[in-house]
Amino acid sequence: MSELIRKTAAELADMLAAGETTSVEVTQAHLDRIAAVDGDAEAGVHAFLHVDADGALAQAAESDARRAAGESRHLLDGVPIAVKDVLATQGLPTTCGSRILEGWVPPYDATVVGKIKAAGLPILGKTNMDEFAMGSSTEHSAYGPTRNPWDQTRIPGGSGGGSAAAVAAFEAPLALGTDTGGSIRQPGAVTGTVGVKPTYGGVSRYGLVALANSLDQVGPVTRTVLDSALLHELIGGHDPLDSTSVDVPVGGFVEAARQGATGDLSGLKVGVIKELAGDGWQPGVMERFAETVALLKDLGAEVTEVSCPTFVHAMATYYLILPAECSSNLAKFDAMRYGLRVVPEGDPSAEAVMKATRDAGFGDEVKRRIMIGTYALSSGYYDAYYGQAQKVRTLISRDFAAAFEDVDVLVSPTSPTTAFPLGDKLDDPLAMYLQDLATIPANLAGVPGISVPAGLADEDGLPVGFQVLAPALADDRLYRVGAAVEAALTSRWGGPILAQAPTLEGPR
Amino acid sequence: MTEVLVPFDEVIAKYDPALGLEVHVELNTNTKMFCGCPAVFGGEPNTQVCPTCLGLPGAMPVVNGKAVESAIRIGLALNCSIAEWCRFARKNYFYPDMPKNFQTSQYDEPIAFDGWLDVEVEGETFRVEIERAHMEEDTGKSTHVGGATGRIHGADYSLVDYNRAGIPLIEIVTRPILVPAEKAPAVARAYVGQLRDLILALGVSDARMDQGSIRADVNLSLAPKGADKLGTRSETKNVNSLRSVERAVRFEMSRHAGILDAGGSVLQETRHFHEDTGTTSSGREKSDAEDYRYFPEPDLVPVAPSREWVEELRGTLPENPTQKRARLQEEYGFSDLEMRDVWAAGALPLIEATVAEGTAPQSARKWWVAELLRRANDAGVELAEVGVTPQQVAEVQALVDAKTINDKLARQVFDGLIAGEGTAAEVIEKRGLALVSDDGPLIAAIDDALAAQPDIAEKIRGGNHAAAGAVIGAVMKATRGQADAARVRELILEKLA
Repeated sequence: MSELIRKTAAELADMLAAGETTSVEVTQAHLDRIAAVDGDAEAGVHAFLHVDADGALAQAAESDARRAAGESRHLLDGVPIAVKDVLATQGLPTTCGSRILEGWVPPYDATVVGKIKAAGLPILGKTNMDEFAMGSSTEHSAYGPTRNPWDQTRIPGGSGGGSAAAVAAFEAPLALGTDTGGSIRQPGAVTGTVGVKPTYGGVSRYGLVALANSLDQVGPVTRTVLDSALLHELIGGHDPLDSTSVDVPVGGFVEAARQGATGDLSGLKVGVIKELAGDGWQPGVMERFAETVALLKDLGAEVTEVSCPTFVHAMATYYLILPAECSSNLAKFDAMRYGLRVVPEGDPSAEAVMKATRDAGFGDEVKRRIMIGTYALSSGYYDAYYGQAQKVRTLISRDFAAAFEDVDVLVSPTSPTTAFPLGDKLDDPLAMYLQDLATIPANLAGVPGISVPAGLADEDGLPVGFQVLAPALADDRLYRVGAAVEAALTSRWGGPILAQAPTLEGPR
Repeated sequence: MTEVLVPFDEVIAKYDPALGLEVHVELNTNTKMFCGCPAVFGGEPNTQVCPTCLGLPGAMPVVNGKAVESAIRIGLALNCSIAEWCRFARKNYFYPDMPKNFQTSQYDEPIAFDGWLDVEVEGETFRVEIERAHMEEDTGKSTHVGGATGRIHGADYSLVDYNRAGIPLIEIVTRPILVPAEKAPAVARAYVGQLRDLILALGVSDARMDQGSIRADVNLSLAPKGADKLGTRSETKNVNSLRSVERAVRFEMSRHAGILDAGGSVLQETRHFHEDTGTTSSGREKSDAEDYRYFPEPDLVPVAPSREWVEELRGTLPENPTQKRARLQEEYGFSDLEMRDVWAAGALPLIEATVAEGTAPQSARKWWVAELLRRANDAGVELAEVGVTPQQVAEVQALVDAKTINDKLARQVFDGLIAGEGTAAEVIEKRGLALVSDDGPLIAAIDDALAAQPDIAEKIRGGNHAAAGAVIGAVMKATRGQADAARVRELILEKLA
């Protein structure tokens, strides 16, 4: 196996710039890796739903031709990337992990996809996900689960398990994810990778097939904090096609990451969120978390405990707002214009076709949330459910605002547990939902968050994530703190955490 | 089910109506409400579409600023307050011509609210209170092919054109209009007509009811005279002419009365109006239980027009229609009676446009209110849609003034214009309608006429000039009307002097 796949995106960028390798070589190395380990629904990592070898190699060849002519569009020009299947890609299938969109090929690119194409990053393919991003294990994909490269009997997190596993399994140096309640950060935590949810509005959502519009955000999925910073700077910024995108300059993330990597956090005030601990939190997770907090102190940070009392209501709030929005978003899947069409026997009406298609095309978790959301928005229930949830959402934002008056960043474990066995929580939606306990508040408030590897839990030897949260538009703090933690821990471990992951054999 | 219709006179003796009008105005912005597609009428089906107005997965809306401006101007012209902060909301329901299966509309935060419009019927003014005017997007257009009714039930298949999906609409909703029963149909018509004129004056819409750029939904309920609460309403959708508004109200009053007289209760439902018969029929049932699950559109940021902007837009409003009407009556020298007829015919904007082309006001009035109104009524269309433009009326009158034609020939020119035979000059040419301008043939015709009636010549010579009328008549007949009667008279008198 080529050593190229072990390189970070930043290292590959330097090698390409120095003429030490070519984009075609790098891209081919990753395609070979995918062919070797990705397998399919039955076996292997199964991070990808669609691999575009020809397209990626063509883009790589164009990148090499540019380099040869002395041109480069971006630092990452020629570095390949994987894209979560919830982002529209012109000419490439986009299924959102759902049968209802099987075979749909968008006629347009999501803004972020347009940006990575314009910068010259070859797109390796589309990554697996829970259907319409609903889930924390990628088991709700209609096309079969993704498996955790650390232990293929376990979940890779979700909904973006495909992007995280692709990066963890060295199938891609970079990936795009989306995070509605933790779908970038929790998979990052359980696969030993880095995932960032930017400030709401920091990255365009145009072309992101919405789960919950007021919560969704596109973000980087990588193996290092610096790589996330590079990718974040590329995809961020105002988009006239997304009126919720913020019109402020993007930047300073790479600089913050480089500064953090020097290991000096003196003067930084860190708040440990009191409410995100206790019963149900895996001891090995809490141990790695406590060690990392101690590490921050060693690096000069001032650490205090902070209370955010409304966070205990975040889960209930989230599971009203999200289903409400998604019940409406998913109404467009009606067999009239695109996607699956199921025509019942006889001479069915348009309404009967819609019903049959939606019945066949949506999985159980999707139907569950459509029903909850429809109920929560119903006349007579709106105030008690959706209306009340919006009020609590405001209170959660106020808890964040109050906390950020005293501290620069807040920290918690990213997820209460390490990767659990496939199938373990499929029959218990509430247990599945609890995976996102620590990540959801940031989405409700629109603030940014990062998950960085904090080591392996003693009891199962599986990765644990450390979450850092910052005020809206202060994403640079995530990179400073994240890079400092990463540098100190990598040094302690004697190398990146993924060096400790088992060597992947081919699926057969 | 056979309906029992109560004669209108009996309805008004027993019941009081409550009217409610919802008028949808299609704006004439260059682009759609939430995307950059052209917002124009016509076009090959599904050629003016993009990911956003087709509702493709991932596409997002962006508000058209020009549409917001038009909405505010309409609101101001209707004496409404303009919201300092308002949001769009999703109205959720499934229908094949709705790309997203929700309509992006406004719910409890309309851009304009609490206004009024004074409407006049037969010299009496009624104030119609406006509850709200809100912004929304149009749906696509379904065509049901096969089947007898042209409706979805019984059709072989249906086609959907999404060119219309996303065209900006302003929906203007009245509060219940409580007017004397006998006036209700006329007030409904006058309100929609005056609203249309106002929209035209604002320049924010083509305001063509025949093309659906203004569509009225008529809500009506009846309650026994003196009752202290309103009855159950029906909603008649997409009534697309002023005349139909009036007929729909009349029909629904008669139908409701039939049900109530029989001790029945009116079903709250949507009804369709039929132009050909002037009747309504039941559409999809709509009850209070229909739940649109409105919630604020999370893909759009709130609209917060600054007070400075609102005041700036107030400065762009056209003259208040009531004041304008008084001013024009004064300028044109119309009597009150003439003005009432002009108003009732909806002819004032047409006369104004004709006068602007250089025609004398009384001539313009004569053509529109006498000649063309009769033709419009015969054809069952609005005066504005009779098929003759103000420019054409001005051309015809200019030809009359130049003695190329006379009034009688002018009527034939209008026939030709309505039949699409080209310009006025072309119609005259093709139909050979020009007056005989050469005296030679006229003198010959006069000689013939005098020879045929020698006693008349004697009378005229004797000073009885009125007797010339008989000769003129004969000459007109001989020239098939293409003689200038005044000239013929001059020639007769010259000859016999």
